[in-house]
Amino acid sequence: MSVQKTKHPMPQQPAAERVHNFREVPLGYAPDVAVAEAKRCLQCKNKPCMKGCPVEIDIPGFLQCITLGDFEKAAEVIRAKNNLPAISGRVCPYEDQCECECTLKKAGEPVGIGRLERFIADYERTKGAVVPPRPQQNGKRVAVVGSGPAGLTCAGDLAKQGYDVVVYEALHAPGGVLMYGIPEFRLPKVIVHSEVDYIKKLGVTVDYDMVVGKSITVPELLEEFDAVFIGTGAGLPNWLNIPGENLDGVYSANEFLTRVNMMKAYEFPKSDTPVKIGKVVATFGAGNVAMDCARTSLRLGAEKSYILYRRTEAEMPARAEEIEHAKEEGVVFKLLTNPVRFIGTEKGILKEVEFLTMKLGEPDESGRRRPVPIPGSEQVLAIDTALVAIGQSPNPLIPQSMPDLKLGKHGNIITDEEGRTSIPGIFAGGDIATGAATVILAMGAGKKAARAIDQYLQAK
Amino acid sequence: MFEILEKKVLSPNEKLMKIKAPLIARKAQAGQFIILRIDEQGERIPLTIADFDREEGTITIIFLEVGKSTKQLGRLEVGDSLLNLAGPLGMPSEVKKYGTIVLIGGGVGIAPLYPIVRAMKAAGNYVISILGAKSKDLIILEEEISEYSDEFYITTDDGSKGSKGFVSDLLDQLIQRRNKKIDLVMAIGPVIMMKVVSDLTKKYSIKTLVSLNPIMVDGTGMCGGCRVSIGGKTKFACVDGPEFDGHLVDYQNLMLRNQRFVGHEKDACKLLEEKA
Repeated sequence: MSVQKTKHPMPQQPAAERVHNFREVPLGYAPDVAVAEAKRCLQCKNKPCMKGCPVEIDIPGFLQCITLGDFEKAAEVIRAKNNLPAISGRVCPYEDQCECECTLKKAGEPVGIGRLERFIADYERTKGAVVPPRPQQNGKRVAVVGSGPAGLTCAGDLAKQGYDVVVYEALHAPGGVLMYGIPEFRLPKVIVHSEVDYIKKLGVTVDYDMVVGKSITVPELLEEFDAVFIGTGAGLPNWLNIPGENLDGVYSANEFLTRVNMMKAYEFPKSDTPVKIGKVVATFGAGNVAMDCARTSLRLGAEKSYILYRRTEAEMPARAEEIEHAKEEGVVFKLLTNPVRFIGTEKGILKEVEFLTMKLGEPDESGRRRPVPIPGSEQVLAIDTALVAIGQSPNPLIPQSMPDLKLGKHGNIITDEEGRTSIPGIFAGGDIATGAATVILAMGAGKKAARAIDQYLQAK
Repeated sequence: MFEILEKKVLSPNEKLMKIKAPLIARKAQAGQFIILRIDEQGERIPLTIADFDREEGTITIIFLEVGKSTKQLGRLEVGDSLLNLAGPLGMPSEVKKYGTIVLIGGGVGIAPLYPIVRAMKAAGNYVISILGAKSKDLIILEEEISEYSDEFYITTDDGSKGSKGFVSDLLDQLIQRRNKKIDLVMAIGPVIMMKVVSDLTKKYSIKTLVSLNPIMVDGTGMCGGCRVSIGGKTKFACVDGPEFDGHLVDYQNLMLRNQRFVGHEKDACKLLEEKA
């Protein structure tokens, strides 16, 4: 029997419709399609896909359960390793992870592992997730700082092993970047809440409004807890550092997305937090966050949403799917374009961006061809809003409050492979350690650190 | 939930609330701020801490009802609770012995000045306080601040209390009278007041600190909405401030950025009034 060469397509909201709402774009597989897709899996003995999974899911195992129609068992297999499947099933760049290693990829498209993880997670959610019985408590306490993907994963894994875990969250809502950063149409907030509920049902306590480094320090936590995991993420937005960046109308991607996602500015005045974008929006950068900004702008009513990027499409860091979705929705890509200054009205309100056209030169240290400006190519584009989405640096609050903690030159916390910092008993993982990366890598780091914490406390 | 234990109406639009928040009180220092949220739809409101009592486990906020959220906050009563309260945020004031210092509070900026006056006095400074407001009704914490001040002055725009004029007029006289021997000036209040004070002290090369109040969202160094230009460099008021060298602040940009959502604010206020 020959295997179908392509993935079963996943239905999605039509572009013309979805640009007017914040509902999720992909709609998920129907059960019969999921079974058919899972049947494409060759059940390779050496399980190459698993090498690509930072949270070590038994991928062929859960796919086989799907082929047998045993979705509950499939959920159990996933949950054994992954505490947040409904989240990773939506935002993991599986094309670079598990699916990248899939044997089928050699002669066609890989198995739609990400789509199937999502299918199972959604199936489980509608049925009510089965929470494993609480293990015998081992009497040891661990504090987790930050309730983003790294923190939640670490907390869940430790709770499953009998640790008493308290998660401290600085904001008023859980999830970190899952809540403030990733838009509703990519990751509905009810799903974040339901995954957090699962973690709580494992016995984890989540404390909000606790700004560690300010409300309480890590050394103080160490007096109360046997170990601390720091997963505070990459908070501080990077800037273009060009004139006019503080004009009214220029936002960091973080501010814009936090207003819209976490504070629900799209419901203003029902929600108290406003946002204003005008008619023409330009987003600077070409990662997933930039795509989120450009697509969110359309949903807020922008007539034109541009992405300005200084290299070409081949170098864009965003996932192919996000770029595709942005194009379908009408985002206009202005490539090989580098902003040089923002121009404001007399009153200081943004009205234009001046940019240079670039061409690709010799490869730089990242291996990508370095964009170089074409002299005399200055042009001006009239815009109402500029969204700067060119990355983030680690949040400075904990490093500020802990002079002994060893930091890298970008302010990231230095750890070994397993998340041990320079101070015994203090572990870190996710963007605070690596600099801005992906949700799944943060989850993987949380998992490794949980194992290292367990080893450390067993030996203590 | 954070319970309101005490409420005082200081002037028709200015209110004081003492709130139960033991963890914040334990850590609070002069110059820091909190972020609160009233309810599920609420925005995150930054307010400077006007007082704290570690033993009682309380913090005090004083706010002017300027927009929808502060008006709504002002309608809460003793026994009501805030949904969220996070802090203390920002860097504390650098409290040490400077010598002779002039501490200036304008309008609602008088509130955060109080813990600074107290701490600076305790650090052994000769403290000269100047409180300024439009009229006498808006002068608050007079007794509290004068208690910790070696010299104490009030100015009102309309002359209804103290000397008629602006805090900067009085400051100029003080500088002349003391033959410029002032080691530090600190000003907290409306942006224009901080600008005028800084312009004046710059002439005399007197070190001046101001506490800035830009629009914030998270208050933890994440969104950059509160960025201010300090000596040409972009700083975040929430994690680098809120206090900065007054001679380096781009006040014009701050005033502009604080106007970003006036239109929205008006609409929201109107809706609130209609509902009431």
